[in-house]
Amino acid sequence: MTGTEIGLRTLTYRDAVREAIREALQKDERDFLMGEDVGHYGGCFAVSKGLLEEFGPERIRDTPLSESGFVGAGIGAALGGMRPIVEVMTVNFSMLAADQIINNASVYLYMSGGQFNVPLVIRMATGGGRQLAAQHSRCLEGWYAHIPGIKILSPATIEDARGMLWTALEDPDPVLIFENSGLYNMEGTLAADAGPVDIHRARVRRAGRDVSIITYSAGLFKSLEAAQILAAEGIEAEVIDLRTLRPLDEGTFLDSVARTHRALIVDEGWRSGGISAEIASRIMEGAFYELDAPVARLCSLEAPMPYAKHMETAVMPQADRIVDLARRMVGAHG
Amino acid sequence: MAEFRMPSLGSDMEAGTLIEWRVKPGDRVQRRDVIAVVETEKAAIEIEVYEDGIVEALLVQPGRKVAVGTVMAIIRTEAATEPPVAFEPSSRPEPVKKAAPEKKAAPEPPTIQAPPEAPRIKASPYARRLAAERGVDLRRVEGTGPAGAIGAADVQRTASPTTPEAKPAPPPPAGKPASDSRAAMRRAIAAAMARSKREIPHYYLQTRIDMRRTLDWLAAENLRRPIQERILPVVPLIRAVVLALGEVPELNGFWIDGSHRIAEAIHLGFVINLRQGGLIAPALLNAEEKRLDELMADLRDLITRARSGGLRSSEMTDATITVTSLGDLGVETVFGIIYPPQVALVGFGKIIDQPWCENGMIGVRPILTATLSADHRATDGHRGGLFLDALGRRLQEPSKL
Repeated sequence: MTGTEIGLRTLTYRDAVREAIREALQKDERDFLMGEDVGHYGGCFAVSKGLLEEFGPERIRDTPLSESGFVGAGIGAALGGMRPIVEVMTVNFSMLAADQIINNASVYLYMSGGQFNVPLVIRMATGGGRQLAAQHSRCLEGWYAHIPGIKILSPATIEDARGMLWTALEDPDPVLIFENSGLYNMEGTLAADAGPVDIHRARVRRAGRDVSIITYSAGLFKSLEAAQILAAEGIEAEVIDLRTLRPLDEGTFLDSVARTHRALIVDEGWRSGGISAEIASRIMEGAFYELDAPVARLCSLEAPMPYAKHMETAVMPQADRIVDLARRMVGAHG
Repeated sequence: MAEFRMPSLGSDMEAGTLIEWRVKPGDRVQRRDVIAVVETEKAAIEIEVYEDGIVEALLVQPGRKVAVGTVMAIIRTEAATEPPVAFEPSSRPEPVKKAAPEKKAAPEPPTIQAPPEAPRIKASPYARRLAAERGVDLRRVEGTGPAGAIGAADVQRTASPTTPEAKPAPPPPAGKPASDSRAAMRRAIAAAMARSKREIPHYYLQTRIDMRRTLDWLAAENLRRPIQERILPVVPLIRAVVLALGEVPELNGFWIDGSHRIAEAIHLGFVINLRQGGLIAPALLNAEEKRLDELMADLRDLITRARSGGLRSSEMTDATITVTSLGDLGVETVFGIIYPPQVALVGFGKIIDQPWCENGMIGVRPILTATLSADHRATDGHRGGLFLDALGRRLQEPSKL
């Protein structure tokens, strides 16, 4: 596809997120963006570049380096009738705001006996693969997916980067959007009239009959690449993009496993206690009698993320390892 | 050689647990002999065999729950000349062994006498499900997966394409396994009734019947009889249903695969409430051949066996119409749900003294409300009306019942 096709245009994932923020600020005066360096600097990943000039300092607000402070302010603004978009630079720094997110935002509705919704959206970058070493390469969205009371979105495609924000803002409860920093430069096409998308359903991004590869975020593109290699060998992999990690749309992947009878989970997070463990359990609970092979998982090795490029590559799931595992699972039974 | 499979004892049955074998290898059996007892969600049922022959091998151990369609035993039919197949219980046979089976007149029951330390077969859950659905014995399947594990493809390879496939059992429910038999029965009833309401376009007719003549006749008749031989009021009702079906036979039969099949014999299913909750509707077989005394004896026997276990498989599967009577609970009218694939259900309520006009006079009469639920694909209201009319008419001439 090219940008010259009618109704399609080429843009980056970063552009798509910026468009989504711009649309929200244009459509609803309660919406505003705040976070570290989102204004004058244009955002650590240049997502909000130009927005300060367009919307002014009231609605594009630079904050001090205090995640607990400005996420708490966001919760307060949401309780006060605003619909803030709070940017936490990366998930690594969200540890400093974990108390606000987990102990406050996620439970206010419950603790107030249903009186106070917190219509807050928190965006943060996540993921490794960019040689930022152990403290700046974490992939912890699966960890947040453990918490009831918040929704966890993981847009992988440009369409979802463009469309999930508005739907998240419309949701009456806190929503966390995890943007994989490795995807910001990814180019793709988008319909001219692209708009909000649902945040409740997983999507089959590639149909296949032999094995279901269940993944999300950057893992989607490695899985699609692997599926292409497998197809050349006659193995048809179905690739599922979870899109939302909480609540999990288990119906979509259980249906897929019922067709393919094999499940491989690809997760750039760690294996122990991660979202991959949750998915494997759901498959066991809901599709045990459909399984023709043990559920397999490909996750990042359980080590601090190395700085050296070749070691970082070795630690994270890659297409060749996905191919290898899927091939062994399908094996002689293909 | 014939395969004896776990029968489907009703449209709602997915699996059954073998309670006991009533035969052993080498026994000679005849069609309709009871050879096993199987526990379903509803009751313990005696299972009949459909071939004459000699029991060759018993493949399922008592206590095991197997899906409908699973091969449970091999019956050597009289006509068969092929040598018996010996199954190796303790190890997966080499392909060579399959090609040259041991020749033995009456081999020992292999499964049952298998040593308890027999190695567990490694097979994927999907492979096990497929094997159960297609009646494939996993011990005969050569596994090609890791450590010789059997996968679905291995089962598919073994299931010869010429073998008629057993009716695929629906996938097991996703939730907790049925540990509680009451919950299991509830689910079975739920499945059958939901299917009925989903598929069958019911029509309902109701009529009121003056029961004075029948009740008077019955009272006089019962006075002459010893207590054990007295006839319950429901028995003349059943008999009247049978006679009315003689006039409108379309209501007696099935709707299967888009066509209406009228049954010749009347196997009248009678709804029996079980004390632990739930219900069961075993059939009074060949009710058209029976008069009141026989029907009474059969009904008493059926209720006793339904509540204590010991119903036969044909009684569970062959019913051609169902009768439900809720009168003893004080219910005046019952509009029943048809038990698929049957096409009609007759409901009786309580007999209540009511004002009744006849020949320009008002009197008090014992009045019964009778209803018909019928499948509109098979019959129309006109025929249903004729049936209820015939039913009421028959009950005005009790001595002819």
